Order: sequence, then structure tokens, then C-alpha cells
Amino acid sequence: MTKSELIQLLAAKQPQLDYRDVELAVKELLEQLSTALASGKRIEVRGFGSFSLHYRPPRVGRNPKTGDTVQVPDKHVPHFKPGKELRERVDD
Amino acid sequence: MSSLTKADLAEALFNELGLNKREAKEFVELFFEKIREALERGEPVKLSGFGNFGLRNKNPRPGRNPKTGEEIPISARRVVTFRASHKLKERVEQNAGSRRQP
Repeated sequence: MTKSELIQLLAAKQPQLDYRDVELAVKELLEQLSTALASGKRIEVRGFGSFSLHYRPPRVGRNPKTGDTVQVPDKHVPHFKPGKELRERVDD
Repeated sequence: MSSLTKADLAEALFNELGLNKREAKEFVELFFEKIREALERGEPVKLSGFGNFGLRNKNPRPGRNPKTGEEIPISARRVVTFRASHKLKERVEQNAGSRRQP
């Protein structure tokens, strides 16, 4: 399922909203989620899951082509942990 | 810093798009439900600019209760995975400078 398919499904379920508003609402929700994570905030959606940032310490990596060692700086990466309902429904 | 919740998301739809409070709450609920339904059907969900939710089948493996040391088998299962998009990873990194860990 893609973003536009999700928009279509939601529009069919919410006939009182203009298609354009459904599109804007989906974009707004994704923007809210992205902004929260970008500012280091956790996201918790009961029954769906939680998003947080995981810290990756700096490490010495290797360029796989040349074999040269390179310093890889530390970073934060987004992480998703599925909630109980989602875990159970996906694994029936 | 408190977490972002469904209530905050509904509030954003109310403030930014003028959905009424009931519509906003329902929309947020439905948004996550449609994603759950797709994953339940075994369909990956690709939200460009945000990330992809995928599914992986895990083989059974022996496990252990970390408290008691007791061995318990872990059955085969299907799990949800998430890969953040490059755009989201970049946004997280751009803002990360201020909260570097020691």
C-alpha cells in the first residue's frame, strides 16, 4: 500500500471530507510524525506502536571497495517498535 | 520531553486543517487502522518521505527466560519492520547536533 492508496481508502471511509482535505490530512499526520522524531521526541500510539531514536556510537568503518578505514561519526536513527495489537494481528 | 500521542495528532488536524474535533480524532484512528489492516493482509506499506513498514517471517528458535534461565521455545512468527526514508533520516541527523550523547 502506498501513500496515495492510503489516501484513497481513507477518502472512501470519510465521504464528508473533500478528497483534497484527506490528502492534506495524511500529509499533515506524516509531517507531525517526522517533525516529532526530528526534534528527538518519542511517538506513542496505543495499539499501533512507538517510534523513538536509537543512538549509534561512532565507529571505524571500511570502504568496501578500497579497504580503506574511515571514521563513521555517531548518529541517531529512527526506530519503530510495534505495539501489542499490531504484533498480534500481523501474526495470526 | 513528553511523547507525541494520538491526541496531539488530532489536535494538529483541528488546528491546521480545521477538521472538527470528532472528525480529527476519527481520522487519526482510521489512519493507523488502515496501515494495520494492510500489514495484517501481508501488504507492505510505503509512505514516501517517511518510511516503509514491511513484514518478515521469523523461524522458530530456542529462547530463555532471562530472569529464571528457564528454556522456552520461541515459535515461528511474522513481525513488522520499519525502515525510515532517507529524507526522515536526514531530518533526524540535521537536528541531532544539539542532543549528542557523551
